Amino acid sequence: MSTNDFLLKTVNIQKRFGGIVATRNVSLEIMNGEVHALIGPNGAGKTTLIAQLSGLLVPDSGQIFFGSRDISRLSLSDRVKIGLARSYQITSIFRSFSVLNNIALAVQARKGSSYSFWEPVVSDSELFEEAFAYVKEIGLAQRSEVIAGQLSHGEQRQLEVGLALATMPRLLLLDEPMAGMGPEESENLVTLIAKVRERVTVLLVEHDMDAVFRLADRVSVLVNGELIATEVPDLIRSSEEVKRAYLGNDTAT
Amino acid sequence: MTATLVFEQALNGLQFGLMLFLLAAGLTLVFGIMDMINLAHGSFYMLGAFMAASIANVSGSFWLAVFLAVPITAVIGMLLEMSLLRVLYTRDHLSQVLATFALVLIINEVVRLVWGTDASLSPPQSLANPVELYEGLSYSAYRLAIVVLGLIVAGCLYLLIAKTRFGMRLRAGASNRTMAYMMGGDVSRLFTLVFGLGAGLAALAGAALGPILAVQVGMGESILILTFVVIVIGGVGSIRGALIGAVLVGMIDTMGRVFIPMFLRLTMPSHYSSDVGPALASILIYVLMAAVLYWKPQGLFPARNG
Amino acid sequence: MIDQPRRAVILLAFFVIAILFPYLMRVCGQEYFIGLASRMLIYGIAATSLNFILGYGGMVSFGHAAFLGVGAYVAAILVVSGWSSALLAWPVAMVVSAAVAFLIGLITLRTKGVYFIMITLAFAQMLYYVTISMKAYGGEEGLNVPRPSIPWLNLESDTEFYYVAFVLVCAIIYLMHRVINARFGRVLMAISENEVRMQALGYKTMHYKLIAFVLAGTIAGLAGALLAAQNSFVNPSIMHWTSSGLLLFMVILGGVRSKYGGLIGAIAFLGLEDFAVNIQIDWLANWYPSYSQHAMLLVGLVLLIVVLFSPRGIVGFFANRGGHVHE
Repeated sequence: MSTNDFLLKTVNIQKRFGGIVATRNVSLEIMNGEVHALIGPNGAGKTTLIAQLSGLLVPDSGQIFFGSRDISRLSLSDRVKIGLARSYQITSIFRSFSVLNNIALAVQARKGSSYSFWEPVVSDSELFEEAFAYVKEIGLAQRSEVIAGQLSHGEQRQLEVGLALATMPRLLLLDEPMAGMGPEESENLVTLIAKVRERVTVLLVEHDMDAVFRLADRVSVLVNGELIATEVPDLIRSSEEVKRAYLGNDTAT
Repeated sequence: MTATLVFEQALNGLQFGLMLFLLAAGLTLVFGIMDMINLAHGSFYMLGAFMAASIANVSGSFWLAVFLAVPITAVIGMLLEMSLLRVLYTRDHLSQVLATFALVLIINEVVRLVWGTDASLSPPQSLANPVELYEGLSYSAYRLAIVVLGLIVAGCLYLLIAKTRFGMRLRAGASNRTMAYMMGGDVSRLFTLVFGLGAGLAALAGAALGPILAVQVGMGESILILTFVVIVIGGVGSIRGALIGAVLVGMIDTMGRVFIPMFLRLTMPSHYSSDVGPALASILIYVLMAAVLYWKPQGLFPARNG
Repeated sequence: MIDQPRRAVILLAFFVIAILFPYLMRVCGQEYFIGLASRMLIYGIAATSLNFILGYGGMVSFGHAAFLGVGAYVAAILVVSGWSSALLAWPVAMVVSAAVAFLIGLITLRTKGVYFIMITLAFAQMLYYVTISMKAYGGEEGLNVPRPSIPWLNLESDTEFYYVAFVLVCAIIYLMHRVINARFGRVLMAISENEVRMQALGYKTMHYKLIAFVLAGTIAGLAGALLAAQNSFVNPSIMHWTSSGLLLFMVILGGVRSKYGGLIGAIAFLGLEDFAVNIQIDWLANWYPSYSQHAMLLVGLVLLIVVLFSPRGIVGFFANRGGHVHE
């Protein structure tokens, strides 16, 4: 693997809100095919960083590259089109649509045109076949007709990941996918990510250290907006600097 | 077109703008803190004018009329808030729009039943004569008084918002509603007071402008739309935005209506200019609004951070 | 939802009554109601177009009457200037309405929530003022305009006009039904529910909203052209902001996010208005003779009650349980 085989790279990006520097000179590289975890105490700026990577926010300075392409100013929806998708820490699904219809929306975005005004969607069997394949993959096959608002929290988080997955990304940004999940549900999600990583590069933001150390090839640590370390998990686990950064915070190991 | 004319119209614009500010200040707070669209705000403006007219006609005193009409309208506003409008805070914007629109219809008819379609309000005797500002410019003393009134109210509002605890809660609430709840105290009383304050300011503007513009049913609606434009330009929830937006709108609207037709008459054949002039002048404000929104969809000084 | 067979029967019943309506009215000697019914159908078209962007697209437009006015005036001006064919006047009215909707949508759809409501209101009012200043076409007084003509039909006849309106409202409702159930409709509804996530799936949401807005404006323009023909008169009050408010009222009265909501609301509202204006209450007349001039008081009260207590409108009132209409 050559050192230039990165999929996503940021070069010295900065973001401030008024007097607060949320992102301070962050240069992060995510290699093709890896699972890269991003950890850090609360308030470190992880969500702001993800927002800049996905296109919701524009960095004040610095650049973001996706492959060889400078995407610093590319819109959110355009980034999805080139293969950069994100799941949300606070569940953001379509509550009045069924599970299957949720996923179908994601599939529809890249298959054929949505400027279709006459043919009823329900007759589009190809669309729903593909959508159902994703529904099965995320483990909700039995619940595919259920209205998303009526799913349990854990199921909603699975759907959350599924939506991003169904856009067929090259890089999947997962923002605390296991937030609020019990041990069994987290286990399901870990299995899913382990399977998905075979075809998708993953940037995983998580507090669940068990999942992080099981899944990640490399771990980056963000503290006060700054990247203080990027190493393989074992080195991170034993690092004094990282422990100090987390002093006073719970780490579930 | 002389310097005197320009200055005179600028003063008129400032005067109108400051009254717009009275309307906009209350409304932008209600929007910002309670996240509620209130179309009936113009009705408080109208009620203030009609009540002032009645009290002035009965008592003979303009000052007494204003002094009474403002708090009475404020109380009416608070009663409405406590009984009816409070329900709408948790409802969607469409429901708020329609419910307050219904109120506008109802209040308009009630006013028509009680007062008839219009009333007359005359400026006080003490201010009836023009004042000579400098050689060549006589300006209505009453209009000057309105400018002074507007500036005083703006100053008082600034003190209220910036220097009191009440004001602090207002500012917190306007930028982040959850914060307003967390700052403790009786939130529903805060809302009622804010609403009453808005109604009172609107009534003051109505009573003040009554002698200049006509006091009639429906006067609230036309000025309400301008108020919306002011709030959109200035940014929802921002008093500073309301002031700047109001003065901007007041000056541009007033001066536009005088100078655009004048300009067109000089440059265009007259059978066009007599139509196009007033038309252009009326839409100038909306063009301004469109321009501001194009660059800043949240207005110039939005108070809300998400 | 009311179950399918019962719905089909109700629909069929209404359809039959609607087709027989002019005949029934003539038999009863109440021809006045044919004209009223036509107005109901025309406003039904307008309210349906508003329901499209409001109920399904989540866009609370407080300026929809502007397109009604644009359509009315364009059609009227064409007819008055000598092009008396409805087959020309009405399509042109729709095209112009589409263009105006495009321009307005381009600016207003960049805003959200409270801002969007206010700015649509402001733009509509702007067009109102422009129309008032058009002295050549009647200004504030308005303009009388003869009914246009359609080959093989006589639009001067209230009955034939009614049938034209009826065919059009059926076509519009069917069209909306197809669009809502097609890919575009799904996307629109999803955007109204969670716009950011739709962007995060790769959709350029502004494009879809704009197209929906233009479609709605075009249909409203058609309704305006029909209105001008029905009344043989146009005047700026068609596009006054209170007119937009009443359109919104019709939608909420009938039932937001339902195919027939716009039509039902229009019928209910115009029926209520007609009733309130024409009703003879003798004891009230003794006490306060000009009570019928205050019909708006009744309208306002009904609106308030509906909004506060039955926000899902007539359709919602009759639905058996909270259904997801589009699933």
